[in-house]
Amino acid sequence: MKKSFVPLAVVTALLFVIAPILIARAPYESEMLLIQKIFYFHVPSWVAMYCGLLVCAVGSIWYLFKGNRVADRYAESAAELVLLFGLNGLVSGPLWARKAWGVWWQWDAKLTSALLLWLIFVAYLLVRKYGGPGSEKLAAAVGIFGAAVSPFVYVSVNIWRTIHPKTSVVPDIVKNPAKGFAAPLLVSMLAFVLLFVLLLMVRVYLAAHQDALDELYLAHED
Amino acid sequence: MKPRHLAIAIWSIILMAAPLFAFQPPPPGQSEFVPIKELPPSEQLPAAPLLVIAYAFFLALMIFYVWTVWRRLNRVEREIHTLEQRTTRSSR
Repeated sequence: MKKSFVPLAVVTALLFVIAPILIARAPYESEMLLIQKIFYFHVPSWVAMYCGLLVCAVGSIWYLFKGNRVADRYAESAAELVLLFGLNGLVSGPLWARKAWGVWWQWDAKLTSALLLWLIFVAYLLVRKYGGPGSEKLAAAVGIFGAAVSPFVYVSVNIWRTIHPKTSVVPDIVKNPAKGFAAPLLVSMLAFVLLFVLLLMVRVYLAAHQDALDELYLAHED
Repeated sequence: MKPRHLAIAIWSIILMAAPLFAFQPPPPGQSEFVPIKELPPSEQLPAAPLLVIAYAFFLALMIFYVWTVWRRLNRVEREIHTLEQRTTRSSR
């Protein structure tokens, strides 16, 4: 594995120690009070998921047009992380909504499209696992399709009427650090992005080993 | 039934069932907006357990994922080792 893994792991661990302290010290939001603190793990989960979408899309395009196996490994690994961080977002969201909105789930544009986006990546991994020979290319197309859908999921709160807050919330928080919400959010975001990078490195390492095993099986059959 | 077939069947049912929930009519009274703060105390939910569940879920999810990767990596490395040994033996 790469030499940067250990220092990166140490920095990430440190950020995950600092983040809860900053979150605990952050002021209560005037309307939602304590439950708003889910925000500091909910938003970074989606940020990490979007990082996965980007890596998966670039890897899939690279693989489809250049046939590069390394790019395919990155795409597959990133798709798995899209599911992981997406699941955390889909679970933490309803826990927050139950208190803030009074319901676990609302079938509005944002929540439904986010669920559908997550399901596209479930399809991606199912195609790869059970699609048989050549399924990598079909999965790559699914990955590109998922990434193409993702901007609509992000801006859906601005286009359609939904109870989910608009995309302007995070930029407003970042622009007003004096309110005390920006520091914990930014540290959490950085921690999640670094965690994503670490998990991607580990998952790509596993994918490389799986490819090596496949080649050994082929050599053994010959 | 093989575990793999069972897994496919369960996944298919879950995926097909998800849209059905979207068509369910809202429970009575949900169309009326009642601010959470105005609810009687007996109907107000405490925030702390929800917050703890959210953070605990994240931790459990990450530990579970790292464990699955570690398990898969161990299995692949074991298979590589076995195959390499077999290849060495057959080449002698």
